[in-house]
Amino acid sequence: MAAASMMPIFSQNVSSKSDLVPDWTRQEVSTGTTIMAVEYDGGVVVGADSRTTTGAYIANRVTDKLTRIHDRIYCCRSGSAADTQAIAEVVSYQLGFHSIELDEPPLVETAAHLFRASCYRYREELMAGILVAGWDRRKGGQVYCVPIGGMLVRQPVSVGGSGSSYIYGYMDSNYKPGLSKDQCLDLTAKALALAMERDGSSGGVVRLATISEKGVERRVLLGDQLPKFSTH
Amino acid sequence: MEKHFTDSRVKGVSTGTTILAAVFDGGVVIGSDSRASMGGEFVSSKTINKVIQVHDRIFCCMAGSLADAQAVTKTAKFQLSFHSVQMENPPLVIAAASVLKELCYNNKDELQAGFITAGWDKKKGPQVYVVSLGGMLISQPVTIGGSGSTYIYGYVDAKYKVNMTREECLQFATNALALAMGRDNVSGGVVNLVVITEAGAEHIVIPGDKLPTFSDE
Repeated sequence: MAAASMMPIFSQNVSSKSDLVPDWTRQEVSTGTTIMAVEYDGGVVVGADSRTTTGAYIANRVTDKLTRIHDRIYCCRSGSAADTQAIAEVVSYQLGFHSIELDEPPLVETAAHLFRASCYRYREELMAGILVAGWDRRKGGQVYCVPIGGMLVRQPVSVGGSGSSYIYGYMDSNYKPGLSKDQCLDLTAKALALAMERDGSSGGVVRLATISEKGVERRVLLGDQLPKFSTH
Repeated sequence: MEKHFTDSRVKGVSTGTTILAAVFDGGVVIGSDSRASMGGEFVSSKTINKVIQVHDRIFCCMAGSLADAQAVTKTAKFQLSFHSVQMENPPLVIAAASVLKELCYNNKDELQAGFITAGWDKKKGPQVYVVSLGGMLISQPVTIGGSGSTYIYGYVDAKYKVNMTREECLQFATNALALAMGRDNVSGGVVNLVVITEAGAEHIVIPGDKLPTFSDE
C-alpha cells in the first residue's frame, strides 16, 4: 500500500507573463489529500478531507472526493484532480454498461479491476491514487486500494493521499478486525482529523459515507464538529 | 543514518531513524530505534545506540548524518562539562540544547543534523527541546523526529497526554516507536529508551520479540 505523495510535479511554462501571473495559476490542480476506507461486517465506511490545492492556493475548500461509481460502489480520489475525475467518469461508464449487460448490480471487485486497468495502462501519464469501496451481494463490504502505478490489493482498512503518512501509526494501533459500523465511522473521523492537522494539503471538512445493502448514507463533519485532541 | 549529503538540494532529507522524547509527571523518556542503514538497502548496524549522553541527566538523540552527530555531540559534551565546572552546578537542559543550537545554526550550511535534547534539571524539572535542521530551538512536551516519525504523528497527537505516569509514558513511547518501525523500512531493530528523573538515568532496551504487536501482524 503506497502512501501517495500528492505534490504537483507538472507545471506549465508561461514565460512572458511570469511576473504578471500568480504562481498558483501555473501549478496543476492537485487533491493533496487524506482518504480512508474501512470494511465492517455488512458494508464499508469511506471518508475524505475536502481540500483541493493549486500550489499554495486552496482552489476548493469543500471538495467532494467521494465519488459515486455505482449505486453501492464509491471511490476516494487522491492525486491530480483532473486525472482522477477523468478516470472515475470512464470507469462509471464502463461499469454502468457492464451492469446493464449482466442485468444485476456490479461487483466491487469488477469496479476495482476497471480502475486498475486504466491506472496501469496509462501509468506514465497519470497521477492517481484511488480507494475503491462498496458493498455487493457476493462478498459484502470490500475495500480495494489502487495506488499510483496501478497495483490492486484488497485490504480491510486503507488510507491514501499525502496526509496518509501521518496516520499509519494511528491506524495500525486502533484498527481491529470486527469493528462495528459506528466504531469504523469514529475511527475514520478521528484519523482524518489527525491527518488534517498535520498535512498542509489536507483540510476543510470531513466527508463520510457508509455503504451497505440498504444503500448509501452520507454525512459531513464541519469545523466545530471535528474530533479534537489535546493540543500541545 | 545515511551518508552526509553536501548537495544543498537534498538538505532536509530525514534519515533512516525514528527518535522520540516525551515529558511525564516527574521525568522524561527519550528513545530511538537501533538501525543504521546505507541507502535504504543495507542495514549496516542492527543495534546502534542513537541516544547519546551529554551529561549526567541530559541525553540527546539525533536525526541526520552519523558523522555530523558524532562531531557535534562530542563538541557539545566538552563544552557542557566545561560550563558545568565553571558554574559549579550541573548544567541546565536548556544550556545543553542551546549549545547544540549554536553549533547547528552557525554551521547550518555544512551540517545536516537535527537534535532532540531531553533531561532533568533542578530549575525546571523534566524538559524536552528540539533543535531543527536550520538551528531553531523550541521546547515541547513531546516531540518526534527522523524518517519514521511521519507515520506516527497521528498516533502521538492522539495518544500523548500531559502528566502521564512513568509506566504510561514508557508504554506510549514503546508503542510509538514500534508503530514507526513497522512502517518505515529504514527504522528497526530494538527500542532503546532512557528514563531521566531527579534520581538519575535508567536505560531500557526492548528487543524485537518483546515489542508490542498490532492487529495486522
